[in-house]
Amino acid sequence: MLEIKNLHVKLEEEDKVILKGVNLTIEPGTVHAIMGPNGSGKSTMSYVLSGRDGYEVTAGSATLDGADLLAMAPEERAAAGLFLAFQYPVEIPGVGNMTFLRTAVNSQRKARGEPEISAGDFLKLVREKAKTLKIDADMLKRPVNVGFSGGEKKRNEILQMAMLEPKMCILDETDSGLDVDAMKLVSDGVNALRDAGRSFLVITHYQRLLDHIKPDVVHIMADGRIIKTGGPELALEVEKNGYADILAEVL
Amino acid sequence: MAAVAQARQTALAARLAALALPEGGVTRAARAAALARVQAMGLPTRRDEYWRYTDPSSLTAPAAAPAALFDAQDEAPIFAALDRLTLVFVDGIFDPEASDPLELSGVEIARLAEADRADLHWAQGLYGVLEAAGQNPVARPLAALNTAAATDGALIRVTAAAARPVHLVYEHKSKTSDVILHHCVKIEPGADLTLLETGPAGARFNKVMEVDVAAGGRFHHVRVQGRDHDRRAATHIFARLAAGALFKSFTLTANGVLTRNEAVIDIAGDDAVAHVAGAALGDGSVGPFLHDDTVFITHGAERGESRQVFKKVLKHGATGVFQGKILVTPGAQKTDGYQISQSLLLDDDCQFLAKPELEIYADDVKCSHGSTTGALDDTALFYLRSRGVAHDEAVGLLVLSFLADAIAEIENETIQAEIVALLEGWLARHRG
Repeated sequence: MLEIKNLHVKLEEEDKVILKGVNLTIEPGTVHAIMGPNGSGKSTMSYVLSGRDGYEVTAGSATLDGADLLAMAPEERAAAGLFLAFQYPVEIPGVGNMTFLRTAVNSQRKARGEPEISAGDFLKLVREKAKTLKIDADMLKRPVNVGFSGGEKKRNEILQMAMLEPKMCILDETDSGLDVDAMKLVSDGVNALRDAGRSFLVITHYQRLLDHIKPDVVHIMADGRIIKTGGPELALEVEKNGYADILAEVL
Repeated sequence: MAAVAQARQTALAARLAALALPEGGVTRAARAAALARVQAMGLPTRRDEYWRYTDPSSLTAPAAAPAALFDAQDEAPIFAALDRLTLVFVDGIFDPEASDPLELSGVEIARLAEADRADLHWAQGLYGVLEAAGQNPVARPLAALNTAAATDGALIRVTAAAARPVHLVYEHKSKTSDVILHHCVKIEPGADLTLLETGPAGARFNKVMEVDVAAGGRFHHVRVQGRDHDRRAATHIFARLAAGALFKSFTLTANGVLTRNEAVIDIAGDDAVAHVAGAALGDGSVGPFLHDDTVFITHGAERGESRQVFKKVLKHGATGVFQGKILVTPGAQKTDGYQISQSLLLDDDCQFLAKPELEIYADDVKCSHGSTTGALDDTALFYLRSRGVAHDEAVGLLVLSFLADAIAEIENETIQAEIVALLEGWLARHRG
């Protein structure tokens, strides 16, 4: 599914190297988690994979089902099946959530040479998916993320994911700012999307999220590299002892 | 200063020499008084305080600069789907064949050009009256010139809730047409009218509209100024609001070499509400673009509410100007005045010049103003693109997002949707 090889990335504006040779392979149908201290490069990796401006790839590659992600515009990556759930979803006043969702769905269909979804089918689909995420009609009508609580914003991200049906989902600290109930709701939404053809990369600071979204593989990232990979028990170890032991062990 | 005064008089003399002033029938006295006013003022020059950002010379020149005719091609006639009464003016001349019969329940409509033949006492009491009152404290010579020289216009008196909106359609068919129209609208107590205006009117357009809203009356105004690249326009709306009256005006401007829209509003009765809004889109790659909104709102009564919401989207060397003033007179307590002017610069070549002014002489009021200028939000753009929305379409959505507050000032949802469709059309044609 996703294959990252020796990825080196620096900030475009300054000579600051963030990723220093990341290697990561994610098989179809699996859930990978990435943990790591602040500033280790986790969010940068999610941005670089989804095509945000401001970063320069100095070496390495990233492919999605063999296609070169780094050569594509952000919208092409999305159409190819990549999705990033933002840590801080953006508010867009004046653009209705429904309009935004339909534009996104149809843009991707258009890019893939598929016909647009009819207004009726779209409405039916969005209502059905919104219901399981406890997103009411009012939230669908409001401008994108404007006046949404932290929990509502994250649920809205998962709704977009459910509507766009990507192959490769990256969740950037989706648990940040969520209370226990909201985390459960969001996790249930993610779990409902798990299937053999879809993979997840879950970036988090806390084991707690991984109680709900059970990972197959856990990676520890530090100083721009993945320094350790293991099973779910690795996250428990981090939760218990912090990163010091792992960092010491690698160094 | 003598040199400036001389320049104003020279410009006026040349302009008047090129005009044939109508006799005017029932408006004769008002026209004579207006001529005296403009003769005392002269025509504006760049050295006038209120023309510092906008060069008036092409608006005051004796003849209109030629403007190529514009084919809107794919665009459907605006507001055609609305049930409305249309009055068509072709290069400033009323076209009865193209217009609907001037009959509408709750509304009396007459032509200014035929005012001498009609019994229009109400128009006699309004024509030039609000314009004259609006000359103080800021001179508006082009409006006085208009009152003296207007050749046609609509005189509209509304006595009840109008059965349908009235739509003034301005067509531009002569490359050198120099159009001077003057409309008067009188909303009687409790009456209600929606007035629509669309089109470029001519190569050069000088328009005055005087709107007198009596107690409890309601006036909604939505205007679309025509996409002709070469057209020039100087327009004035003078409004007077009695107690509990409502006045709401929205203008969409896309393209045009030069547009100066002035709104002069006198909140004369208690509890009156005046909202003025505008969205302007300029793309300098199709020709020079300067859009100027100049607003003066006087709160002369208690508990008045005023809102100014002006947004400009500029690219490829386009220029936006905003001069907005709120004056709160002594005694206009509990006034709620709000003003926002914002520009979105889609590249680095554009400029936005803003001069917000508040002048407050009452002590128990709420007045605020803000002015911003900036580029598109990169994070928002990336957010949309990360969902699969193509770059240009994402820019379009963010432009609509930027304009949303201004568009929201239109109350009628059907009209609002039509304005959004026009904006989407413009954005689709002006990508990159």
